[in-house]
Amino acid sequence: MPRREEIKKVMVVGSGPIIIGQAAEFDYAGTQACRSLKEEGLEVVLINSNPATIMTDTNIADRVYVEPLTVDFAARVIERERPDGLLPTLGGQTGLNLAVALAEEDVIDRYGVELLGTSLQSIKKAEDRELFRELMSSIDEPVPESAIIENIESAREFARSIGFPVIVRPAYTLGGTGGGIAHNMAQLEDIAHRGLKMSMIGQILLERCVLGWKEIEYEVMRDGADNCITVCNMENLDPMGVHTGDSIVVAPSQTLSGKEYQMLRNAALKIIGALEIEGGCNVQMALDPQSFDYFIIEVNPRVSRSSALASKATGYPIARVAAKIAIGLHLDEIANAVTGKTLACFEPALDYVVTKIPRWPFDKFPLADRVIGTQMKATGEVMSIGRNFESSLMKAVRSLENGAYSLRHKDIGTLTEMELENRLKVPTDERLFVLAEAFRRGQMVEEIHQLTGIDRWFLQKIKDLVGLEERVRNRGFSGLDRELLEKYKALGFSDRDIAELVEVEEDDIRALRKTLGVLPVYKIVDTCAAEFEADTPYYYSSYEQENEAALSSRRRVVVIGSGPIRIGQGIEFDYCSVHSVWALREEGFETIIINNNPETVSTDFDTSDKLYFEPLTEEDVLNIIDQEQPEGVIVQFGGQTAINLADTLARHGVKILGTSVEFIDMAEDRKKFERLLRELDIPKPDGRTAVSVEGALEIAREIDFPVLVRPSYVLGGRAMEIVYNEKDLLHYMKYAVNISPRHPILIDKYVLGKEVEVDVISDGTDVFLPGIMEHIERAGVHSGDSMAVYPPQKLSDGVKGKVVDYATRLSRALHVKGLMNIQFVVDGEDVYILEVNPRASRTIPYLSKITGVPMVNVATKVMVGHTLKELGRSGGLYPETSHVAVKAPVFSFAKLISVDISLSPEMKSTGEIMGVDPTFEGALYKAMVASGLDVDLTGAMIVTVADQDKAEALPVIRGFKELGFEIYATGGTCSYLQGKGMNATRVMKISEGTPNLLDLIRTGKVNLLLNTLSPDKTVEKEAARIRRCSVEHSVPCLTSLDTAAALLYALRAKASGRSFESLALTDYDVGKKPEIRSRNPRVTTGC
Amino acid sequence: MKSYLILDDGTVYAGKGFGRAGEQIGEVVFNTGMTGYQEILSDPSYRGQIVTLTYPLIGNYGINEEDFESRQLQVAGFIIKDLSQVESNWRSSGNLHDFLDERGIVAIQDIDTRALTRHLRSRGVMMGIITPDPDPYIALSKLKASTQYAGIDYVTQVSTDKPYTWPLPTGVKERFKVALIDYGVKFSILNSLSALGCSVTVLPCASTSADVLGYDPDGIFLSSGPGDPARLDYAVNTLKLLLGKRPIMGICLGHQLLGLAFGCRTYKLKFGHRGVNHPVKDLDTGRIHITSQNHGYAVDVATVEDAAVDISHINLNDNTVEGLRHRELPVFSIQYNPETLPGSGDNGCLFEKFIKLMQSHRQNG
Repeated sequence: MPRREEIKKVMVVGSGPIIIGQAAEFDYAGTQACRSLKEEGLEVVLINSNPATIMTDTNIADRVYVEPLTVDFAARVIERERPDGLLPTLGGQTGLNLAVALAEEDVIDRYGVELLGTSLQSIKKAEDRELFRELMSSIDEPVPESAIIENIESAREFARSIGFPVIVRPAYTLGGTGGGIAHNMAQLEDIAHRGLKMSMIGQILLERCVLGWKEIEYEVMRDGADNCITVCNMENLDPMGVHTGDSIVVAPSQTLSGKEYQMLRNAALKIIGALEIEGGCNVQMALDPQSFDYFIIEVNPRVSRSSALASKATGYPIARVAAKIAIGLHLDEIANAVTGKTLACFEPALDYVVTKIPRWPFDKFPLADRVIGTQMKATGEVMSIGRNFESSLMKAVRSLENGAYSLRHKDIGTLTEMELENRLKVPTDERLFVLAEAFRRGQMVEEIHQLTGIDRWFLQKIKDLVGLEERVRNRGFSGLDRELLEKYKALGFSDRDIAELVEVEEDDIRALRKTLGVLPVYKIVDTCAAEFEADTPYYYSSYEQENEAALSSRRRVVVIGSGPIRIGQGIEFDYCSVHSVWALREEGFETIIINNNPETVSTDFDTSDKLYFEPLTEEDVLNIIDQEQPEGVIVQFGGQTAINLADTLARHGVKILGTSVEFIDMAEDRKKFERLLRELDIPKPDGRTAVSVEGALEIAREIDFPVLVRPSYVLGGRAMEIVYNEKDLLHYMKYAVNISPRHPILIDKYVLGKEVEVDVISDGTDVFLPGIMEHIERAGVHSGDSMAVYPPQKLSDGVKGKVVDYATRLSRALHVKGLMNIQFVVDGEDVYILEVNPRASRTIPYLSKITGVPMVNVATKVMVGHTLKELGRSGGLYPETSHVAVKAPVFSFAKLISVDISLSPEMKSTGEIMGVDPTFEGALYKAMVASGLDVDLTGAMIVTVADQDKAEALPVIRGFKELGFEIYATGGTCSYLQGKGMNATRVMKISEGTPNLLDLIRTGKVNLLLNTLSPDKTVEKEAARIRRCSVEHSVPCLTSLDTAAALLYALRAKASGRSFESLALTDYDVGKKPEIRSRNPRVTTGC
Repeated sequence: MKSYLILDDGTVYAGKGFGRAGEQIGEVVFNTGMTGYQEILSDPSYRGQIVTLTYPLIGNYGINEEDFESRQLQVAGFIIKDLSQVESNWRSSGNLHDFLDERGIVAIQDIDTRALTRHLRSRGVMMGIITPDPDPYIALSKLKASTQYAGIDYVTQVSTDKPYTWPLPTGVKERFKVALIDYGVKFSILNSLSALGCSVTVLPCASTSADVLGYDPDGIFLSSGPGDPARLDYAVNTLKLLLGKRPIMGICLGHQLLGLAFGCRTYKLKFGHRGVNHPVKDLDTGRIHITSQNHGYAVDVATVEDAAVDISHINLNDNTVEGLRHRELPVFSIQYNPETLPGSGDNGCLFEKFIKLMQSHRQNG
């Protein structure tokens, strides 16, 4: 059937901010879907609160609404736009939940919108456990015994009837939030309690536990004519018990015989048919390793994380095809975009092995519980492609950027036998390295199979790889010959790993390889195992005979991607990479992307002219550069991953486009940078480097407390703290870092002021500032965790002038070509520079969207030789807009047990949202709602505030009281409030006995918590418990008075009865206010 | 041990021998299925062919006692990328290397099978030799001296010598008697039929129409099998005599032979259809089925029009004929292998359709 002509306008729902369980994959899916619909001539309306996405670009959808994903706001958009259809299956669980809510609140019917892709009924059949069980039983597909319960007593009863272990899953959540495996009654009660709280509908599922069975997934598609296909199957290396998002996954399955493969395939096709899904669907199954028995575990009636992986693993664009099916097209009416000749109606054949490894955030959260189970904890993932399992695995390992370039991991070698055995039994994020270490210590496959349940096939492969380490070590560098190198390279050993094993430098191995002619070739991912000609430019490396990568005669530029999504380096860098590629294409270049993240738009094969799906290590990148011989390489858009490669690439003679390596180094090297600032007479907070405890104390006394301390050798704010006195400084040096001449710590004066941030574009002469962003929280909170507002609300013109002046002179001195991010702290009229990042920062998409300046586009064109003037841009600050945008961070604390949620210099957020409105309060309100702080206007709040904050907190608390909040406060805070004439109810601290404030939180009596950090460590210990408790019970907890004041401001605006309009980005009028020029426009010619 | 695959056009691929040591000549073809190597090795339709699998990891789940398609291994030789050194599956009773050695199959691994497949795709399938001797001149002279694939009647080699009856599964009652002409039948065809209550008598390929009708079957089934249908005059002549006598269903080679009996022509495809992912459209219902295929020849579309048959199915990749149906007689045929993806409801329907034809034939006398 051709596409349905009556559907002319479709609204696509995005997935909102990046959180654990819902990452960049939905930007990829949503972007593909929007383009797919536009290709069919439809008008596309998009709603998504996440500005750091390609899908919210105004060239992807026709009408882009960066608005909160709530029924309230979605309904306004629907009312305004009157779409014919709503497509909710590409926005993850968020999109699906919103669609269900819109339908239940009658919005869908009221405006005559049709739910496309999957009917409400199908969604419910797949998501509601009881309906799902009924459906499965009607088509004879087995599901494990289970019960839906709504209270703890029923949970006990079920467990008594089927015994332990029992698995707990809350209904309607994503990433298995609130789930777990209970081995006894106490555990069951604990998990069930949490699960009931997390579930949107107050239900949890208890289920027979099939721990240790093989976990297999099928990605299937169906069209309106009931044509069904399988896109891909996948096998989890970790058997049942570990969430698939936290499992190492391979595609296709490796240990299934033809019979098993077809049996499960048939089941998956039967299920998608029974659910009558029109689009894509993911089916998860547990297969008994000892028989043909299997159970259907879960079905996602939508595009999912797994389907993004399946798309990249096969080349089959699931989201694109799903969008076309949703508007009526059939599979045989859609072309296979990869071959161009065949149709979307076929099943991809792979001739390689794909491995996905999750990327966990534990490097940022050293205190978090690292055990992996049914609750997903990974923030992102890497994928790799190899012609054998070994190389696929090894490439994935070195894509993780966790310090490992092989199966050897520095922290694992030192484990005792006992620790090792425990780690084998209880999986953590380091499981793969633990397995390898066990083999290194002589354990047998069978023993480890018994301990882990991992299939012997995978174990033997890992064991063999470990065995090869020793063999090459014994050979030594002089014993390396062509045959041996060919073998090791084919199995995925990195040059760096071989170099380490034979104790030479990586460059020695590289040189030897080149001399011996051991070079990689590149194969194409073509969906059809070479059966048909395909000219998809989607490559991966292999060490074998034929090279399929052909060189064109065009001018080429390589853009280095940003790797897996992790805290501090999220989807915004993919946004930048993609825009850079598009700009290069406009300039007529052949564009080449290297990246390893399957969840992204940059790794979509039609984003760039050529895609290399490869690790982002020195070796892998250099190999591609040898192959492609580009004119230059762009490292500014791939976050720290790419910028870290700049030096090595330059050393190997590769031309770095944009700011040169010398000046990147000057910006990143503290000493050189400080010298430059002195020369330029630009102030920064006083600071020094200490190499001993005594030295540190001396420096701190000199520059005066409070001081900001951090180790000099880590980036991204790790182990950074604000220290208020000598005692705490000593404590910090004793517990947080080991100070020594080799490991100095940096001590800076902590300027308590307002943080301000700019991203500049410079061509070396002119310096263009699209906008200044003002942080809501004071300095000391990581910029990635702060709320920020554009245009600034409280900065004087004098301060703005200084910001422009400093940024301009600094950019010129650093000969910046392209982008640079500069962070300032403002104290009164004084402006200090805090740090610079000589690359694109995470605020680029936000600032680009709100100012309308295509920042990456302009920066990229500067990098390839244009001046700003040629591009129609002049120096100085771009006129400020009349509308306001507030960016707010979003956290995933509910998934990360025992992580402290307080805001600090260490970044903790996983994603961000934007609120945009003609007014500041409107933007703030929307940002609060979108970030999950959708607090009612009345209710009750607990306040427990540190002594130094009490005076400042008073008006804020009073404000909440005036709005109608009942105030509970702990001892000191309560007395203080009462002393100031405020009514507050005293509540006991944990240490004071029960009932205390935890009970208030647990019983749902309060809906907000305000807790500021105390410098007193014993008080803090208790406070951390309180904050965790708030997370576990989904009660918002604010740890900064600035955030609280902002929330109050927003709530007051709402209380005043104002209703906030929802406008599309293109409806806002850009650029009205007068321009602010650099106050002191002197020209420096460098340093 | 070093081993080489040398093609008829002089292309040399170096690899490592496994299975039985030695030398073997055959037509080199590729299959894109990602699982099912045991079924492929034992499928009589691969007789005379050296099969390369495009999926690179082979042997992962070993060899079991249950998944054979015939009593022996049929391929002439076997080409893969990466032989698993470990096999892991609950039904596995041995590893692929030992098994091939035991059954005398010459195989080669460490071949860039993707390069090979691309070569065959662009040049067409061709004769080749697996040999320990790297000298291409010697190999080419051996290839020149050997008979081309199309020059051999493989059907006679794989067909049963004498008739036998395939047992019904326990608990299944006989509903129909089926005479199956064995051009290279697979166990899964026999199992698919018997599961539906067909008592199947398997007859040699050279059976005459009198032989077949002598069993007084309710229907006649024409199996799949190897080789060029155009050289099997004896089979086509028998079919011509059987048309109109009983309901007939043919699959794969059986389909091509029926096509010839209808008066159509067959021709050799450039690189054949071998895999489990081919989209086929049923022109009656408009439904698309993902099918399992293994054939190197096809019925020529251009010659169908004049015959008394309609095209019932087409391949969506290349629009070749995938099914024929006689306009009057209860005779139909399918180019693909409906038995290989059992349970994929739609493919099973074809056997049901045969059953229905037999039913109505019986009712109408």
